[in-house]
Amino acid sequence: MTILQAKQAQKSGANHSVADSHTDDGFSDLHPAYSTLQAMAESNRCLYCYDAPCVTACPTSIDIPSFIRKISTANPDGAAKTILSANIMGGTCARACPTEVLCEEACVRNVAEDTAVEIGSLQRFAVDHLMARDLPHPFKRAPETGKQIAIIGAGPAGLSCAHRAAMLGHDVTVFEAKAKPGGLNEYGLAAYKMTDDFAQREVEFLLGIGGIRIEYGKALGTDINLQALKDSYDAVFVGVGLGSTNNLGLKGEEFPGVDDAIKFIEQLRQTEPKSDMPVGNNVIVIGGGNTAIDAAVQAKRLGAGEVTLVYRRGPENMSATEFEQDLAKTNGVVVRYWAKPVAIKANGKLMGMSFEKTELDASGKLVGTGETFDIPADQILKAIGQKIKPDDLAGMEITGGKIIVDDTYQTTAPGVFAGGDCIKSGEDLTVQSVEDGKQAAIAIDAFLKTASA
Amino acid sequence: MADLSCKIAGIDSLNPFWLASAPPTDKKYNVVRAFEAGWGGVVWKTLGIDPPVINVSSRYGAHHDQNRRLLGINNIELISDRPLVVNLQEIRECRKEYPDHVIIGSMMAPIEERVWKDLAQQIAESGVHGIELNLGCPHGMCERGMGSAIGQVPEMVEQVTRWVKDAVDIPVFTKLTPNITNILWSAEAAYKGGADAVSLINTVNSIISVDIDNMIPEPVVDGKGTHGGYCGSAVKPIALNMIAEIARTPETKNLEISGIGGITTWKDAVEFMALGSNAVQVCTAAMIYGFRVVDDLIDGMSQWMDDKGYTSVEQFTRAAVPQVADWNELNMNYDTKAVINTDNCIECGRCHIACEDTSHQAITMTDKPEGGRVFEVVDEECVGCNLCYHICPVPDCITMEPVKTDKPPMTWPEHPLNPMRAAAE
Repeated sequence: MTILQAKQAQKSGANHSVADSHTDDGFSDLHPAYSTLQAMAESNRCLYCYDAPCVTACPTSIDIPSFIRKISTANPDGAAKTILSANIMGGTCARACPTEVLCEEACVRNVAEDTAVEIGSLQRFAVDHLMARDLPHPFKRAPETGKQIAIIGAGPAGLSCAHRAAMLGHDVTVFEAKAKPGGLNEYGLAAYKMTDDFAQREVEFLLGIGGIRIEYGKALGTDINLQALKDSYDAVFVGVGLGSTNNLGLKGEEFPGVDDAIKFIEQLRQTEPKSDMPVGNNVIVIGGGNTAIDAAVQAKRLGAGEVTLVYRRGPENMSATEFEQDLAKTNGVVVRYWAKPVAIKANGKLMGMSFEKTELDASGKLVGTGETFDIPADQILKAIGQKIKPDDLAGMEITGGKIIVDDTYQTTAPGVFAGGDCIKSGEDLTVQSVEDGKQAAIAIDAFLKTASA
Repeated sequence: MADLSCKIAGIDSLNPFWLASAPPTDKKYNVVRAFEAGWGGVVWKTLGIDPPVINVSSRYGAHHDQNRRLLGINNIELISDRPLVVNLQEIRECRKEYPDHVIIGSMMAPIEERVWKDLAQQIAESGVHGIELNLGCPHGMCERGMGSAIGQVPEMVEQVTRWVKDAVDIPVFTKLTPNITNILWSAEAAYKGGADAVSLINTVNSIISVDIDNMIPEPVVDGKGTHGGYCGSAVKPIALNMIAEIARTPETKNLEISGIGGITTWKDAVEFMALGSNAVQVCTAAMIYGFRVVDDLIDGMSQWMDDKGYTSVEQFTRAAVPQVADWNELNMNYDTKAVINTDNCIECGRCHIACEDTSHQAITMTDKPEGGRVFEVVDEECVGCNLCYHICPVPDCITMEPVKTDKPPMTWPEHPLNPMRAAAE
């Protein structure tokens, strides 16, 4: 946080420390939006590197030095177009990306000063500036090709693919199982990362390109099937994400009060006002990823008395970034490392959980030490990973829990492409899904041209 | 702490830092605050004959960098818009209350001998240490035949200087305009007229910006704009050259110089003095930050003098003048090469792209096996231009190292490839 940001946070009372958590509703912006003054000051810290390391570090290869320069020359809408031309969900990525391990980690300002340019905040400033204006959609469609593309899933991968495919002149129909678009942007990110209904506003903006129709309540496997889509469309893109969650494999896992963290977040995101969302008094979160942190912090901010995050290994093994881990701690979440759940304790109602301490044995394998301890809980949130629902994906080969795709994002089913969390590309991040969708659309375009040639 | 006292045109000053004739020296209130802040002297805002001028609103335009730091101001304010008697009374009071501080009266008049002499005498009687002739304002007053309208005609510069020298027995500073083709002509004219010193530069004629929503030059006065006088750190290089030219030219080198032009830091002041100024005047830095900037000017110059072993400002005044040369005197056999200190390099790539696109393709960029890039100078291509050295954001990361050579110094007039040399033989 820059000094300017800290000052603004103090002024707006949006400093989310335990001490003043009572003055904050718990759902306001984690990083307050930049003022024009802040954006000007921060944009001028950018050195405008050539062949910049931050661009290489961005999965969508946003031309970061160019967009920051445009902010500094009072051209924030031009900056936004630079961002969106590489990443149509630049607004969400500005909010949700773990920038500290992507662009900002690569920033050369770290080398001599240990303080990166706050690229995420600048990106948000630019995209928000453009979206706040009543302007025509910034991108034009190519002449219509007459080709029809079916996209399964209106998450970041599907919508990114849809936008780029529409831009390339194709007609797109998106099939979405849920009632709203956005995927994890709408259902899976902590509320404090996506304030003001941003996920929906972003989708509305994205659809401004034209040529995209979304059908809701259409789940793959039940309402639609791959073969039928293949028959009626020129190409299909599968961006279904990971529809299922991992289980602890413990007795009592179905007990009321034991939930998936991702479902907890989903429910919170759809509850208005957010303060109506029920939360336990003693909450245990199991896991070490960003969803675990989102759930733990959000539970604490909802008013849970004790929130304990338990992870079976050490902090360095957590997939949650250091920033996210710190966020949990500064929000009063108790973090316990090197312990695994061994029993759910219930007596008519959920009572708590037993854990066994863990360690690495001589061979580096994680083993229990035999020493156990209990933590009382009336709510347990599992964030131990999501997985693919293979039953719905018949016709495509799957390995290691991911749909197999080639270099052009094509699955083993000809004409069927896939991207996002359901394939193995980079990390399971929004920004990677957006890149998958974009690249898949480009590949589909090439595929369709070849097919019709 | 080094002794900063100095003498210019026979006037002793506590330090070489005076406020230039401008809005900051418009009245007693400001001048008192300036003296309390530590300024050694002020040149009172230019006085004219009554009735006083009337100023417009607005008056200033600005040249910002992208971070909204002010690099320069241009102004269309005229001379003092207060009655002469009021200004002279306040000057008397200030002289009495601050006897150790210098006050110079700046003046301007139409090109009439009696008017110049009468006004100069009135100002002298107020007790000022000296008089500065404003022959420089490039806006407004010149349309009335004053300011730069006089300063741009060397004969008039000489004439006016002589009139005032004849009329008063205190030192006279002739303030020169940079809006001319050759500063030496007006400097020499001032010298011939008997000036004790020249003050330069006055502001540079300019249009600073345009309101592109309404298509009006700024500052805007009810739908129109006019050219004004440009000042601030952006004009410093123009001033340094003109001062150096006067200081190194035989016909003008005996003139004392009150250096003006964007002095913002103590280092700027040292540079002005090293190139020929006996003292300096500051305006824009004070307008941007307040009179307190004099604290850094004084402290920074003293520290630097202590570090260098100087015990008086005279010891470094004009110290750089002998090294100012014509291009034809430069050694063509001298060669430097850029050296990149990879330990300090943050891998921004700016040196590479600047050299690649706009210079000599002398800096390569190579991916390192372990990630990152390495930048290397191709000595055969490097001409020692300094571009990479200047644009590198990290101090001391790129240095310019002289190449050892056995060749004797050789100037262009001596160079075998100079066709003029051949013709001369």
